[in-house]
Amino acid sequence: MAYSIEDLAIMDSMIARYPRSRSAIMPLLHFVQSRVGYVDGEGIELIAKLLTLETAEVSAVATFYTQYKRKPVGEYHVGVCTNTLCAVMGGDAIFAGLKAHLGLENDGVTADGKVSLEHIECNAACDYAPVVMANWEFYDNQTVQSSKDLVDSMRQGNPKPPTRGPNSLVTWKEASAVLAGINDGKAHEGIQAGEPSLLGLKISKEGK
Amino acid sequence: MTQLVPVLSAHWDEKDSFTIEAYTRHGGYKASQKALAMDPDAVIQLVKDSGLRGRGGAGFPTGMKWGFIPQGDNKDHYLVVNADESEPGTCKDMPLLMANPHVLIEGCIIACHAIRAKHAFIYIRGEVTHVVRRMNQAIEDAYKAGHLGNGVELVLHVGAGAYICGEETALLDSLEGFRGQPRLRPPFPAIAGLYARPTVVNNVESISAVPAIIANGAEWYQSMGTEKSKGTTLYSLSGHVNNPGQFEAPLGITLREILELSGGIRTGHTLKFWTPGGSSTPIFTQEHLDTPLDYEGVSAAGSMLGTKALQIFDETTCVVRAVLRWTEFYKHESCGKCTPCREGTWWLVQILRDLEAGKGTEADLAKLLDLCDNILGRSFCALGDGATSPITSSIKYFRDEYIAHITHGGCPFDPVASTLFVGAGA
Repeated sequence: MAYSIEDLAIMDSMIARYPRSRSAIMPLLHFVQSRVGYVDGEGIELIAKLLTLETAEVSAVATFYTQYKRKPVGEYHVGVCTNTLCAVMGGDAIFAGLKAHLGLENDGVTADGKVSLEHIECNAACDYAPVVMANWEFYDNQTVQSSKDLVDSMRQGNPKPPTRGPNSLVTWKEASAVLAGINDGKAHEGIQAGEPSLLGLKISKEGK
Repeated sequence: MTQLVPVLSAHWDEKDSFTIEAYTRHGGYKASQKALAMDPDAVIQLVKDSGLRGRGGAGFPTGMKWGFIPQGDNKDHYLVVNADESEPGTCKDMPLLMANPHVLIEGCIIACHAIRAKHAFIYIRGEVTHVVRRMNQAIEDAYKAGHLGNGVELVLHVGAGAYICGEETALLDSLEGFRGQPRLRPPFPAIAGLYARPTVVNNVESISAVPAIIANGAEWYQSMGTEKSKGTTLYSLSGHVNNPGQFEAPLGITLREILELSGGIRTGHTLKFWTPGGSSTPIFTQEHLDTPLDYEGVSAAGSMLGTKALQIFDETTCVVRAVLRWTEFYKHESCGKCTPCREGTWWLVQILRDLEAGKGTEADLAKLLDLCDNILGRSFCALGDGATSPITSSIKYFRDEYIAHITHGGCPFDPVASTLFVGAGA
């Protein structure tokens, strides 16, 4: 794809945030994903050129981190936590249910390009287990059925909103732009905290 | 009975708690004003006097860490906040940043002043889009209000899914634009950290505790907690309990007390095993319900306070399955730099898979322990050490259950019984 002049200006501003330019490699990779959907060869070459690095040096970084994809994922990338706590509490059943429901294996993408599926590690929401992420937004306290309903809503083009996140689910590319540091104006949307986050505070206010 | 004392979490129940307006309404950014008027050394002394210790796992005294930064060296100094929260079970920093990102920003301003740094970075894990949004908006608003940009520049650096980057030197390599692999220490980051310059790396919760300490004084902070573990901290309760969640309490509270306050173990079930501070801390059992959850208490009982991630498992949980899954995690997240961890975690997984499937032998248990012995203390960083914790501790407390898999020819547990939706027909 061709990067616009605006795109290149954004990439320059990312580089300018850091005392040393090489530090910008991670936000730049997120930015490439926001434009292409994954990290392609052209993106690697562009970043190498912008940072005066060898393409091998950029590839070495891109392949180290699991969030950088080397092939297209779905418009909605679904991650099911199968680390121990979520797995035991239902994550394994949810992941198996979604694989069967979508006819996918781990890292698979539906033929319509809408949904991809991945089992993920602990996502720092254990008090909301079992946890499912979509484009790295929280879907808390999931069941096999609720997660099937979630992916169905994605395939119908009207995804259910995250439980702790913006009012509606953004696409994979849009989420990647946020991770690259671009403000999408949705920071004020959604709740400030879910019930489990507030439980200790609530009990304390009850004077216990 | 220890009482909960919300300090960090005091205003999380207000709908707009994450905005600069809400933070300012509750006295936000006054502590940084106060600190900026103080001599930097006096700020370091105050934090030392408060007794604040690192909340990311190791428990190193925060003020002492700041004091290690050489002064008058004419070098740039850096503050790096570790927000790469990824230790299994750990879920305190993300809700903190979602509900109150400004307290971390104010803590950064104070810490930068103390260590004479002009540039701070927050390294946040990448798998939390909304937390990134909130944090970036908060930084933008703090710049607009003039709290940032007048002596301190703050950059949010978003990771991309690598547990190892929670290790401070791997984090620095990642922030410099390399693969996140740990560095040999010494030199420690205080001497040669980011860009080989003196650098302080602190956990989110540690830096976020600083504004209240400056505002209320070291004595106030000292008045909470135990002899060597001062102040309040976030305990994260998850798993087979009736009401999971965040509980901010003085250090030294026990799991029994937290369970009593929160509503106990899942009704009709009993506690089997739990982690005091994430999967890298050796597991505990019923006999540790009254262990004071402070740095010394947990360590005296044979584990580590870690991140205070209290993952609770009841009698429906197969300990071999739990440990295998954690071990698969360490194998997946091993960065590959050192042989004991890279090869060792791979072999641990193979043996545990056999054991769980009922294809193991008693000799495999001895082999597991021998492998752990060759990983612990021989790995480049704490990831390898952490990988051995669930294995050695579970064999210590539940050896019979490993044997049962061998004699039973497979796992004797029904995985459905451990799910949250058992009986719900889900």
